[in-house]
Amino acid sequence: MYSNPILLTIDWTLFIEKLVLIVVVVMISLFVAMYSTYVERKVAAFMQDRRGPNRAGPFGILQPLADGMKLFFKEEIVPNFSSKFLFILGPILAMLTAIMVSAVIPWGDKLNIFGRNVSLQIADINIGILYVFGVVSLGVYGIMIGGWASNNKFSLLGAMRAASQIISYELALGIALISLLLLTGTLSLNEMVGQQKDGIWNILRQPLGFLIFLVCAFAETNRTPFDLPEAENELMGGYHAEYSSMKLGFYLFAEYVNMFLSGAVMTTLYFGGYDIPFVNDANLMHTIGQNWTVILEGLVFFIKISLFIFLFMWVRWTVPRFRYDQLMNLGWKILLPLSLFNMLLTGALILLKQNHWHF
Amino acid sequence: MEALTNRVKPVDRRKMSIWEKMYLPAVLKGMVITLKHFFTKKVTINYPEETRPFSPVFRGLQILNRDEEGRENCTACGLCALACPAEAITMECAERKVGEEHLYREEKYAAKYEINMLRCIFCGLCEEACPKDAVYLSETFAPANYQRKGFIYGKEDLLIPDPKTDPEGFARAKGSRIKHPQGHGNEH
Repeated sequence: MYSNPILLTIDWTLFIEKLVLIVVVVMISLFVAMYSTYVERKVAAFMQDRRGPNRAGPFGILQPLADGMKLFFKEEIVPNFSSKFLFILGPILAMLTAIMVSAVIPWGDKLNIFGRNVSLQIADINIGILYVFGVVSLGVYGIMIGGWASNNKFSLLGAMRAASQIISYELALGIALISLLLLTGTLSLNEMVGQQKDGIWNILRQPLGFLIFLVCAFAETNRTPFDLPEAENELMGGYHAEYSSMKLGFYLFAEYVNMFLSGAVMTTLYFGGYDIPFVNDANLMHTIGQNWTVILEGLVFFIKISLFIFLFMWVRWTVPRFRYDQLMNLGWKILLPLSLFNMLLTGALILLKQNHWHF
Repeated sequence: MEALTNRVKPVDRRKMSIWEKMYLPAVLKGMVITLKHFFTKKVTINYPEETRPFSPVFRGLQILNRDEEGRENCTACGLCALACPAEAITMECAERKVGEEHLYREEKYAAKYEINMLRCIFCGLCEEACPKDAVYLSETFAPANYQRKGFIYGKEDLLIPDPKTDPEGFARAKGSRIKHPQGHGNEH
């Protein structure tokens, strides 16, 4: 019987396992993003002494479904003078790059299913954090192409703002990260989590770096106080001013997916990833078994991410939007020197430690 | 120049100190304030499910009253229409026939009785004018309609449910409103 030699070399169980994991992770990301819109509105309302959506279902929990339905049934308008291909490509890219980040995030340790160790990380690549950076930088294209293709000066302004803002803040973000990498000595997210599980969380070793990273994460995800690309009252929605229906939904959704995944990245880098705080995971593994520990760790990871999402929203409904020159000043004149200082300090301390604290 | 009020606050143009320039303490302070609001009790009332308690003298839509045996009180005397400052009430009278004694309390009754709710100012003068306790204001309010003519309420809209066949509906329509509160000047 003829059989294809290439197909035989593929580990089919691994293939299916990864496929299932990808589907699950994407579904969870989208689900969390969907409910972030609801939580966002609730948090906003509560902070403004209102009640927020409470008509659709108990406590309004069906509100995101109603919103999604509304977006689906809206008329899809493609402006006459737009470049149609790019106009459609914009939201696709924004969504794609947002979701692609989830591939390298370690969602948990290895599950034991029928004697097989199934890693909860889709791809444990040894340059994980570099991959995250690459994909996040690509996210600008979604916004830039969308704003450009709309052929509308406000959209273009928003897109320009987004592009220059993200590029500016990526510098400080990268350098803040370098000081972290000096400490960990690895680019693999999985190994970083492993180190933090055994030692202390990186936030304690890199408080300043985390602060810079956090501020830059706000800017990268276009959240208030850095939401200038989509400033409603200045630019009528900015880069997505011409978008309607689910294409608009994709842009809005991509922002929430970004928020979720940047929370995940920050948790992985600085807050021990799926490490359960104050508990020795190895001991727990002995007492309640491997699979339960992994599930518990996953839950803890999601709680940490939720706290980050809450922080994002909390800040959004507290701090007003920056002016554009203030934004640039903060990025180039404060955060960049600060992160350079942090890098030098970390480097010097590491060098001293290697010399056993002798000059 | 002398200030007009004592509320004038001079603008502080001093340079910010380093602590202030860091912004983050101020941002944290703001975040504490918003978090406090997050946990405060909300003043909003979930309207259709919950309603604000009414004043005991609240004046809502009019109803036409019946006596305990379910007979209409109104004799179409026209005093309410006369008292109405907005001229919202019109009526036509008719004579009670033999065999209609269970429907109307007295020999004369209102064959047609209309209140234009768009004209009505809910002053309650009709209620005060009525010698037969036939028209009075209920606790029902905020009617909705698609057309203006829907706001001209006829007898079928105004009449209170029969206390004999529908005692619950009668009580609900009547409400707990106090008809002649103390101190309004019209005490008997």
